[in-house]
Amino acid sequence: MLVAPALIVLAAIAGWPLARTIWFSFTDAELSDFSHYAFVGFANYLGRFEGDWDGVLADPVWWGALWNTLWFALISVSLETLLGLVFALVLAVRFPGRGMLRAIVLIPWAIPTVVSARMWGWMLNDQFGIVNDLLMRLGVIAEPVAWTADAGTALWAVIIVDVWKTTPFMALLILAALEMLPSDIYEAARLDGVRPLELFMRVTLPLIRPALLVAVAFRSLDALRMFDLIYVLTAGGSDTMTISSYARQQLVDFQEVGLGSAAATLVFLAIALVTVACLTANRVRTAAEETR
Amino acid sequence: MRLAKRIGFWLLVAAIAAFSLLPFLYAVVTSLRAGSELFTVAYWPSRPTLSNYAAVFTQQPFGRNILNSVIVAAAVVALSLALGTMAAFAFGRIAFRGRSALLAAILAASMFPQVAVLSGLFELIRALGLYNRLPGLILADLLLTLPFTVWMLTAFMRDLPKEIEEAAMVDGAGTLTILWRIFLPMMGPATVSTGLLAFMVAWNEFLFALTFTLTDAQRTVPVAIALMTGSSAFELPWGMIMAASVVVTLPIIALVLAFQHRIVAGLTAGAIKG
Repeated sequence: MLVAPALIVLAAIAGWPLARTIWFSFTDAELSDFSHYAFVGFANYLGRFEGDWDGVLADPVWWGALWNTLWFALISVSLETLLGLVFALVLAVRFPGRGMLRAIVLIPWAIPTVVSARMWGWMLNDQFGIVNDLLMRLGVIAEPVAWTADAGTALWAVIIVDVWKTTPFMALLILAALEMLPSDIYEAARLDGVRPLELFMRVTLPLIRPALLVAVAFRSLDALRMFDLIYVLTAGGSDTMTISSYARQQLVDFQEVGLGSAAATLVFLAIALVTVACLTANRVRTAAEETR
Repeated sequence: MRLAKRIGFWLLVAAIAAFSLLPFLYAVVTSLRAGSELFTVAYWPSRPTLSNYAAVFTQQPFGRNILNSVIVAAAVVALSLALGTMAAFAFGRIAFRGRSALLAAILAASMFPQVAVLSGLFELIRALGLYNRLPGLILADLLLTLPFTVWMLTAFMRDLPKEIEEAAMVDGAGTLTILWRIFLPMMGPATVSTGLLAFMVAWNEFLFALTFTLTDAQRTVPVAIALMTGSSAFELPWGMIMAASVVVTLPIIALVLAFQHRIVAGLTAGAIKG
């Protein structure tokens, strides 16, 4: 069977480790020694320890991380969708230099995440950063802001960099959908004198909606499991911690395989839930449209 | 009115270009500045110097890091394409029981949060004796590239005409001959764009590379750049970091620009058909 090699590899590096992670989440295993551990039931998730609630679900840091992750995903995916739509609409117009602009737009997407985190870390530097300098010259702020270190702005710094990096991806997916639209509708609309905004809201947007939803679903899943950007940009401080970085911190930095695995299992469940919700919504909508 | 519209449109074009281009250009500018000059805000280097580029290769094992990344990415691309093409041939051209369920399972694997397999994979890599070694990273990275490779190649494979295959079978060609002699040449463009995306994923990968390596000499480029520190713990060597960033980014940008159309076709095929 030709499928077998790929399946065996995937089962070995995805299925088996996932099963082990879930198993470890019910044990008190530690990173230094995987061979000695005891079954502890749900204690890593939630348990009583010396009269206090213990476990991931009793940890305020976990709930902060969950809140950060949801907030980050909501804001950055919304901004990316809006900006991506604007980019795609501009790129769909025929003008001299369009090929060039299309190539330029791809650049942020091509740059490795860690590199963009470092680049923006430098630009957002409180003393020598170009962003503070520009904003002060424009009179927007009176004194330098420590963007990545200040609790109030750190998450926004992460959002800015993520939006910069992934808007091109969004724009490309939307552009592909725009280019598949039939041009005769637009001819007819132009002859009827339909206003551009109305045309966009009533014709373009409904037609590209399926592609738009797929793109939003893709980006949301990506945003929900985000790790590398914040790890490099804000050094894993709790103000910007995501659920993925919480799990890794327990696992690697604190060597708590049990707790870390419990957190990782919760991340997996959250993402699986969102995936199933997206797929079901998609199926229900498609079915509804087919029966109409 | 029309003129105002034209000007507005071109301003928008300029804004998009600036948004995409300027941050990277500023990194290039920074990489050309050295010493105390770095710690003043400037939009242009007054005395451009390549000393940061020299430093990153002499003071850091950065050449070794680049070699590591090249080895890992090349191996990941080769393995993904080999395994992916075989699987895609079966998924795309042969009807068998459970085909759509298997494809769905493979797609589900690409939705995995990386952190969910971290402890299990750590145990596996340690048990295989691959901790802090490049083969461990290659194995782990396949988790990220194999699902979408299978998926994209299957989508392309389905679009190939059935008549060719039938004609070859009439001529007495076996399955492997058909795959090797007929489909592979026709799949060239699809293979290039899939391989390129897999290369970028492996080149960028950070979480596995950070967790499964321990020493400077085994690190890949993203981890090296993320963990780069200067001679004192209080000052980050921004000039060197920017130089390293430019060095690893320029080849990727060149690749992306050269294969722009294929990447766009691949991305949209993978995302929208999937």
